[in-house]
Parts: sequence; structure tokens; C-alpha cells
Amino acid sequence: MSEHNSHPDHGSLKSYMTGFVLSVILTAIPFWLVMANVIESAGLTALIILAFAAVQIFVHMIYFLHMSPKSEGGWNLLALVFTLILVFIALAGSIWVMYNLNVNMMPGMMSEPVMESQNP
Amino acid sequence: MTTNATDANSMLPSSHFYVREHHPESGTLLGFWLYLMSDCLLFAGLFATYAVLGNSYAGGPTGADIFELPLVAVNTGFLLISSITYGFAMLQMQLKQVNGTLFWLAITGLLGAAFIGLELYEFAHLIHEGYGPQRSGFLTAFFSLVGTHGLHVSVGIIWLAVLMVQVKRYGLTTENGRRLMCLSMFWHFLDVVWIGVFTFVYLMGVL
Repeated sequence: MSEHNSHPDHGSLKSYMTGFVLSVILTAIPFWLVMANVIESAGLTALIILAFAAVQIFVHMIYFLHMSPKSEGGWNLLALVFTLILVFIALAGSIWVMYNLNVNMMPGMMSEPVMESQNP
Repeated sequence: MTTNATDANSMLPSSHFYVREHHPESGTLLGFWLYLMSDCLLFAGLFATYAVLGNSYAGGPTGADIFELPLVAVNTGFLLISSITYGFAMLQMQLKQVNGTLFWLAITGLLGAAFIGLELYEFAHLIHEGYGPQRSGFLTAFFSLVGTHGLHVSVGIIWLAVLMVQVKRYGLTTENGRRLMCLSMFWHFLDVVWIGVFTFVYLMGVL
């Protein structure tokens, strides 16, 4: 067993430092963009910082959580992909459904059909 | 006769199926990873709640009114540095250095405690101003999401302290090594969740 304990997915000083430097950069830039108000358009800034967050999550997964297609015989990655699909469905579904609910069922819009049904 | 023999062999609980593949020493790490994935779904629910309720201010304050980005930046720094110091602890563990491991674990714990301290200060400040979780849907979602993350970090600190006692008392045994690896995953996972929190809640809330 002992020869297996040295397999590389426990990280090395180099991989930890690479991950750390990358994540510091990927954290600092979004904070700078927002705090210094670098870009006029709020929508564009939001898109950019979301992209930075996505990249930083990848960096953490690889350098800190030591994810690789080979770790735990691939089951780690499979579970992660499955979870990400569920997370996407939960997030996108909630936002989509609740947005439509808000748009279509505001009190102002409710009153008209109710009035109509009361006076046939 | 030969078929009978092979049948008998395959019925035995032999090592036949176990020797060929390279298996990890135990399923604990994979099992813990699966727990983290379920935790990820819990946070996805809270993020979805925040996404839906994040604009329901009920005439109360908006994110831009109450978030103090310098504070959040410092907090993010604490958590980020605690990730790398936990990494140093793991590297010391690989070198079988008990004192080095304990030292970096202690630093990690202190950084985690500093993070929680600042977060509690922020929460106390908000509640004192009358912006508690009952003020609006936005604040309910905010306190739920950030509070759940903070609760995870607090539990992580307790776990870390317990493991430090274990390592001090029993050394870097196989069991303690496995526990430290699980906590490592937990700690780095919380940092990943925090990336989502500071981007989605704080930075986008101020925009």
C-alpha cells in the first residue's frame, strides 16, 4: 500500500503555490473592477466577474481539491459532473420559473381577468 | 469437471475481483466527496433562493447600501490564505512532520476564526442597524446563504481543533492522515463556495 500513498494527487508545494497565485489574481481583478468602477456598464462587469469566478472555481478544483479524471478511478469527476448538472437545473430552473411568475402574476395584471370573470 | 472447478472458484469470496484494479485504501475519501457534492446541492438551493429573492427589498436597503466591500475583500483574503496554509499542513503531513503539520493547522484555524469573527461583526452590525433577516426577502436570503457558509466554516474550525488534538496525541497515523485529507477537501470546498458568495452576492449586489 505504501507505494500508492505517494501518488501525485495529494499536491506538491509547486501546485499549491501555482493555485494560490492564480486564485489571488482571479480574486483581486473582480474586486478591483467593482470597487474602482472600471467599466461603465454594470451588465458587462457582472458577466466578466462571473467568468472570473468560474475560472477560479476551476483553479481551486484542480490545484487545491486535486481533481483529475483519474482520481478515485474517475468516480470523483463523475459525481462532480452529475452535481453540476443538478446545480444548473436548480439555479436556471428557479430563476426562469420565478421570473415568469413575477412577470405574469403581478397584482396589476391579476385584476383584469378577475374583474372579467365577475361580470359575465 | 473443469467447469465445476471454475464455478466453485468464482463462488468463493476470493480476491479475484479486488486485485486487478487499483483501489484506494478505503472508500472514505470518495464517500466524503459524495457528501461534499450533496452539500453543494444544499448551497445551490440557497443560491437559487438568493437569485430569486435578491431583488425583493420590501422598501428596505439594497446590497449597494449595506455591503462593505473592503471588509469582504479582507475576509476573502483570510479564507484564501487559509486554503494555502492548509495545503502547507498537508505537505508537512506528507513529510511526516508532526510539529509542522500542527503549526500550519493552527494558522489555518486562526485565519478561519478571523473570517468568522469579521462575518459575525458584519451580521451584528446589520442587525443593529435594523437590517436583520426579517427585514426583507433579500436580507432573509442573504443571511441564510452567508450564514450557512459561516456555519460550515465554524464546524470546520471545530473539526480542525479536534484533529489537532488527535495528531498531537496519536501522531500522523493512517487514520489521522485520512481525517486530515477529508477536512482538507471540506476546507477547500468551502473556499470554492465562498468564490460564488463574494462574486454573486457581494460584488454583483454592489453593481
